[in-house]
Amino acid sequence: MTDIIEARGLTKHYGATHALDGLDLTARSGQLTALLGPNGAGKTTFVSAVATLLRPTAGTLRVAGIDAIAEPHLVRQVIGLAGQYASVEPAMSGRENLVMVGRLFGLDAAEARRAADAVLETLHLTDARDRLVREYSGGMRRRLDLGASLVGRPKLLLLDEPTTGLDPGSRLDLWEAIRALVADGTDVLMTTQYLEEADQLARDVVIIDHGKVIAAGSPDQLKAEAGRDVIEVRPRSAADTEVVERILGEVAGAEVRRDPLTNTVVAGVDGSRQLAETVRRLDDAGVHVDDIALRRPTLDEVFLILTGHRAADPAPSAPPTRRTSGGHR
Amino acid sequence: MTAATITATRPATPAARRTASWATTAIEVAKRTLKQFFRTPQVLMMGTVQGALFLFMFRYVFGGAINPGGAIRYVDFLVPGFLTTVILWTGMGSASGVAEDANSGLYDRLRSLPVPRSAVMFGRSLADAGLVAWGVLTTAIIGYLVGFRTHGGLAAVVLAYALIVVFGWAVAWVFIVMGLVSKNAQAAQGLSMLIIPFSFVSSANVPIRSMPGWMQPFAANQPITVMINAVRCLMQGGPAPVGIEHTTSYWVVLALGWSALITAVFMTLSTRRFGRRR
Repeated sequence: MTDIIEARGLTKHYGATHALDGLDLTARSGQLTALLGPNGAGKTTFVSAVATLLRPTAGTLRVAGIDAIAEPHLVRQVIGLAGQYASVEPAMSGRENLVMVGRLFGLDAAEARRAADAVLETLHLTDARDRLVREYSGGMRRRLDLGASLVGRPKLLLLDEPTTGLDPGSRLDLWEAIRALVADGTDVLMTTQYLEEADQLARDVVIIDHGKVIAAGSPDQLKAEAGRDVIEVRPRSAADTEVVERILGEVAGAEVRRDPLTNTVVAGVDGSRQLAETVRRLDDAGVHVDDIALRRPTLDEVFLILTGHRAADPAPSAPPTRRTSGGHR
Repeated sequence: MTAATITATRPATPAARRTASWATTAIEVAKRTLKQFFRTPQVLMMGTVQGALFLFMFRYVFGGAINPGGAIRYVDFLVPGFLTTVILWTGMGSASGVAEDANSGLYDRLRSLPVPRSAVMFGRSLADAGLVAWGVLTTAIIGYLVGFRTHGGLAAVVLAYALIVVFGWAVAWVFIVMGLVSKNAQAAQGLSMLIIPFSFVSSANVPIRSMPGWMQPFAANQPITVMINAVRCLMQGGPAPVGIEHTTSYWVVLALGWSALITAVFMTLSTRRFGRRR
């Protein structure tokens, strides 16, 4: 199987900011590759580089075998881009929007209309095709935006956080549309902040942070590396925190982490067996707890477990206050 | 097997791919902006009402106190200047429109398409010239309603209207650059306020000799005044009736020269800025 994207040592500096810092990434043909990372990790910068919107400071980048830095115009003939914002025109109908993009892809008027109608059909927008986009719901706009990137029949589709801000129903609709595309043979590179989204759609997941790849593999491989679940314990008395840390550390056989604000101790574990053991040993030690839970790791925690540092170190994307409500899940 | 399926469902192989022509790109981009404008009734109405209010104010509130000099009534002096400054007031909307398009991700999509990049901003400028034509039309109708009459020949008057659109197209490039360099629509709006001195420190509303001496050199020679003088001479039958020196063709040629210069500089800037890989 060939590689649709091949980045070697890709670097992009904006002054002192290293948006991409020697990124090595290979995306295989015939599948969806998810790029996972917190805000500011460099996801959008990487997509922009592949979309030929920016010129990397250093490194090489091949898209569908084409040198994207030397021959961006050739890359533009094989890609489709749908960004974080639905960039369709509200004052035009769904069909007009797609016909316009089709014309810009070099189709003649009749071909553009045919291509637009086919895409509208695929995305279940045929009934709304003559309505102005400003009357569309948020989910319909995103679907149309996805459609706009499909009119030119791209070999590689670039989706930058396609479902951010969508309600769960619309998100499922969009997932279904993306799955159908991949099944039909379109290669997809998708960025997301949601572990679950990558889990649902991607064959390969690449986790990036601070402009570097920190882990790559299938969703199952990554989760196995990170530990399948986490146990979270909140002792009633802050005086017991050290005991809890010790017990949880021994049970999990891994590093534990303590959130001083909520006085919560968290550790990655393999399954429910350790939950029972933790409860038993806490009880033996006479520690009263307010809350104890076994749950899936958040993206933040996968990061922490894989890298040993918080996903959003200096950035404010994961404020500690959010963890207060998390403790009650 | 897989390869066969993919070929069947995706007939457009890279080898068969085409790219949009320069003209198609410009036309499609222009159509989009025009639809955006004419299908947003609030924008359409607001521009017209604003123009009408200002025209009423100058015609009926300030008009009585202003002596235009020359041999014409104030309303006949005012309206040609007013019609010309439409290019500036329309342009303010263009600057924020361009900034909005840049922010919405539309320009990123266009940059990712196999289109000639210089054609995108050219299309935008064509649409802006169309918007100027619309603004001039509505302002002219209101002008005639409040008593404006031309005294030049029919051909000269038609030429005057055509020139306003040409000037408008030239000036549109300035606003496109403003929109491209602004972070958002509000910033673009703020930046485009810079045009206010060009609109008011000109011969549009009052004769320049009524201004203080230090202001006159700028007011008399800045490009908008030159354009206004050309339009006014054509509409009202020469420089003498409108109280200025030189000949009509002097002003027309000079105004076209300014337009060419502005277009050359700002078209280059905007094309570079739009095509730049960040």
